[in-house]
Amino acid sequence: MGANNYVLGSILELLKKDFLLELRRKSVIAGLGLYLFSLIFICYLTFNLRENAMNPMTWSALFWLVILFSVVNSVAKSFIGERKGSMIYYYTVASPQHIILSKILYNTLLCLVISFSGYLLFSLFIFNPVQDTFLFFIALVLGSFGFSASLSFISALASKANNSNVLMAVLSFPVVISILLMTIRITKNAVDGIDRAASSDEILNLVAINCMAGALGYILFPYIWRS
Amino acid sequence: MKVTWWKLLAIILLLYVHVGGMLMGVPRLNILNETIRALYFHVPMWFGMVLMYTLSVYYAIKHLRSSSKEDDIKSVEYANVGTVFGILGMLTGMLWAHYAWGTFWHGDPKQTGAAIALLVYFAYFVLRGSFENHEQRARLSSVYNIFAYAAMIPLLFIIPRLSSSMHPGNGGNPGFNAYDLDSRMRLIFYPAVIAWFLMGVWIAMIRIRYRKVNERILESGV
Repeated sequence: MGANNYVLGSILELLKKDFLLELRRKSVIAGLGLYLFSLIFICYLTFNLRENAMNPMTWSALFWLVILFSVVNSVAKSFIGERKGSMIYYYTVASPQHIILSKILYNTLLCLVISFSGYLLFSLFIFNPVQDTFLFFIALVLGSFGFSASLSFISALASKANNSNVLMAVLSFPVVISILLMTIRITKNAVDGIDRAASSDEILNLVAINCMAGALGYILFPYIWRS
Repeated sequence: MKVTWWKLLAIILLLYVHVGGMLMGVPRLNILNETIRALYFHVPMWFGMVLMYTLSVYYAIKHLRSSSKEDDIKSVEYANVGTVFGILGMLTGMLWAHYAWGTFWHGDPKQTGAAIALLVYFAYFVLRGSFENHEQRARLSSVYNIFAYAAMIPLLFIIPRLSSSMHPGNGGNPGFNAYDLDSRMRLIFYPAVIAWFLMGVWIAMIRIRYRKVNERILESGV
């Protein structure tokens, strides 16, 4: 019992630290929000969309691309932005497993906020074709977790290299593509309002990919952290 | 020069595969016709790629446990040969697609999945290039190697099966499983897989030896 409490306590403490840091740097949050807003506004202006001028497949592809770009930008800073001194400090006070778990949880929440506000902005400016909202939310939650698990890990890896920002994009996109393909397909089914059983294959595959990304992050992160 | 039996075996089998693959009889099937011979040259490339990447991951894990330089060199070189196999598999597949599907790039789920899997490994080489510290490079690229291998599995084996594909063996299209009764093709296909695998290991071994000699020269400072 004591050990369990210790693990939970340490993860919660790290989560609290991340939230406090985020709230202190208000310009970063504002920047992220503006980034998301401008991306969606650019989509709206360039496609010059009217009601139903776009088919469901294009809508879901566009939506997930916007989410992907904002999420990559926000998660990238989880390790790349950190100063060397603070990294060494975390190294001495917390175990690497707790650090990666807290980062994944924190980034999942961040991704969820981004994707839900993206959905709101999309329905405001473009339109909201989603018929099966519950299925769409499942896709959002699973997609957010998958993105945050794989991107937190990749960000830790890229932060050790020289040209971190370029590397972040190069390393993450191929890995994220399988998540993206699945979520786009589920979204399309949700937009068409097809029977939920039709997307069970995709959902299961997405869950499997998420478990794999989370487990790999958990096992491999200590090796990155050591250097 | 020391020649071991399996290197000779690789040469003999490859000669046999190339001559036999071109000349021996194949079953007549509609659409595929003579292009069915691509099976002997295209499919062994993917088998070879997956096997080479598996060896590469094996040495990457071994490197993380031992942090020896030798395991890292082995891991990179097997990944190198695997990538060459992957590119050759892509090219032979595109050549086949040109005759069977009408275009070099058809956008079939199998094609795109394989292309993304190759991109993952290209990213691995980019990652290796961006470290100056040797030990850090070895450890972090081993970590990414394991991640890349795990990311490759859904791309090659799961996602193409979720959607309809025109690739032989999928969705009722004639493929290898349709020839279970035709032992003529197996007579060439299995030796081809073994021969290309041996050839891959041989190339990788030569490159590993070359890298090790290079390291020794650098260390001795001649």
